[in-house]
Amino acid sequence: MRALLLGPWLRAARGLPRAPGSGHRHRGHGGHRPQGPLRKVSVEVLDHLEHLALVDFRDAEGVERLQKAIQFADQLHEVNTNGVEPMDSVLEDRCLYLREDDVTEGNCTKELLENAREKVEEYFVAPPGNIPLPKLEERETFLQGSQ
Amino acid sequence: AAPAQQHVCPAAPPERGRLAPWVPVVGLEIHAQISSNSKLFSGSQVQFAAPPNSLVSFFDASLPGTLPVLNRRCVEAAVMTGLALNCSINKKSLFDRKHYFYADLPAGYQITQQRVPIAVNGSLSYSLCIDNKMSQMVTKTVRIKQIQLEQDSGKSLHDDTRSQTLVDLNRAGVGLMEVVMEPDMCCGEEAAAAVRELQLILQTLGSSQAVMAEGQLRVDANVSVHHPGEPYGVRTEVKNINSMRFLAKAIDYEIQRQIEELENGGTILNETRAFDSKLGCTVPMRDKEGQQDYRFMPEPNLPPLILYDAKSLPANMNHQQVINIDWIHERLPDLPSVKRKKLVEQYGILPEHSFTLLNEDGLAEFFESVVKQTQMKPKKVIGWILKDLLSYLKQHSLTVKESPVSSFLLADLLNLLEKKEISSTAAKQVLAELWKGEGKTPLEIVKEQKLELLQDQKELEQICQAVMAIKAGNPKVLNKLIGLVQKKTQGRSNPVLVKQLLEKKLSG
Repeated sequence: MRALLLGPWLRAARGLPRAPGSGHRHRGHGGHRPQGPLRKVSVEVLDHLEHLALVDFRDAEGVERLQKAIQFADQLHEVNTNGVEPMDSVLEDRCLYLREDDVTEGNCTKELLENAREKVEEYFVAPPGNIPLPKLEERETFLQGSQ
Repeated sequence: AAPAQQHVCPAAPPERGRLAPWVPVVGLEIHAQISSNSKLFSGSQVQFAAPPNSLVSFFDASLPGTLPVLNRRCVEAAVMTGLALNCSINKKSLFDRKHYFYADLPAGYQITQQRVPIAVNGSLSYSLCIDNKMSQMVTKTVRIKQIQLEQDSGKSLHDDTRSQTLVDLNRAGVGLMEVVMEPDMCCGEEAAAAVRELQLILQTLGSSQAVMAEGQLRVDANVSVHHPGEPYGVRTEVKNINSMRFLAKAIDYEIQRQIEELENGGTILNETRAFDSKLGCTVPMRDKEGQQDYRFMPEPNLPPLILYDAKSLPANMNHQQVINIDWIHERLPDLPSVKRKKLVEQYGILPEHSFTLLNEDGLAEFFESVVKQTQMKPKKVIGWILKDLLSYLKQHSLTVKESPVSSFLLADLLNLLEKKEISSTAAKQVLAELWKGEGKTPLEIVKEQKLELLQDQKELEQICQAVMAIKAGNPKVLNKLIGLVQKKTQGRSNPVLVKQLLEKKLSG
């Protein structure tokens, strides 16, 4: 599986979005910048994340963006949610539609296989097994240098 | 009836008198494929063995812009199963995403029910024979932690020679019921018995065909050992058990392996192991290195699943959009345990007989059909069904449906026996002939082989007198006997041979 490169994508984003509702709080900073100390994320956690999501933080700036994102999200802790039922979605009161058990789809093998880079007799082709990401020491990642 | 003994898995004795006995703990996670026409969240067909990737919709292939739509039949199947297993049905259950990367999981996540599943807190009763004889059975119970609805993944065919994996998504998205059993079992035998009973229940309900060979019923076992009184040991998960035969074997092997490892001073890793049926052992699964972090999150495209009962039924809702738990409850068929009880009560057969009858597909119906067509008492009929018919079927690897002897023919034969027109031995001979399936009736065979019982009183008297005379020392009567045999065989027997046989029999 190819690693998803977040680095260039993060660089392209023009700064972080404004913190919602930050206008309510007066902290003297104007409420536009993420607050609290920048929290360092350990190499182990970064390696674990790269492993799980198959992303590559690419360089120090990518890691810093991650840390800033975490700091931004930490603002959620400022809200007191004691006794409040968590909400998954604003659509939670909608009716879940139930479909009748009829065969209405399928039989489009040719169309689906058009998306495949490689195919063998109507099977999709994938690399053998699940390629586990090599250990930190064996990978060419900039994380290797940091400790 | 004698009080049932408690089946206690013998705690493994300590090796070399060093350590205290070991208590094995076994929990099961069973995935049963739901018997439905279409998949859980899409309209593609559910079918075993179809051309690769022909039963795949855009949603199953995880193409962008597609959404899950829940199949009503799958929900009903899960509710039926929950009710049959004495569970509480959650009137509100939720769907979640379980993330992991694998070639046969195109979305990168599986839609399941991790937070609030559809059914919880049930129980399953099953029976075991003690001592390998069918004479004494014990009833045990295993708690059902929960039942959840989830998607099946596609199939990966590993081609090691070309170093590639071929992926077929026909199975991707098929509805599954995951039945989680608490670790109340202690050995392979208990686990196999529990799974067998679950299989029978699912087949009776029709919620799953539960055929292990077709992957419709898959079992993963969680195994650990500990000393009595101490906390539970580290558990391993044993996967890739694809037949009932290997289930008990795999679990018992793993228990032994763990005991040996610990007694040798080693430790048990919390890992996933696969059962290798050829070697008869469990081996670590390479693909599951390290702890998996599934990053569960609510499925944003599906609101909660709401179920109703008679009291909470909404007044103005479209019928098709409403699932009524009570309506389903009222229509549940007789479960195997109830069927067995009825058979015992109605026909006076033994409990272990009822187990065998239900264990063989179609055998109970065959038995009842024969009983209806014959005057012979059910208690006697059962012997012919379980000893004679069943052993023939097993010898020739035939199912009841494939039996060359129909219930009609067997009933016919048993009637001859009941009317004392033939002996029991003769009846067995006729059955052997019927088994050839040449289309002859029992009566025809009896006539052909001259198996009718000698009913002529006078003739029998003569023979008895002759035998008594010889016993009293009168050898001349031997000739009279030879004459009688000749008459009986209508002159077809060899007189010299007959004399020899008679002398042999009378001297004994």
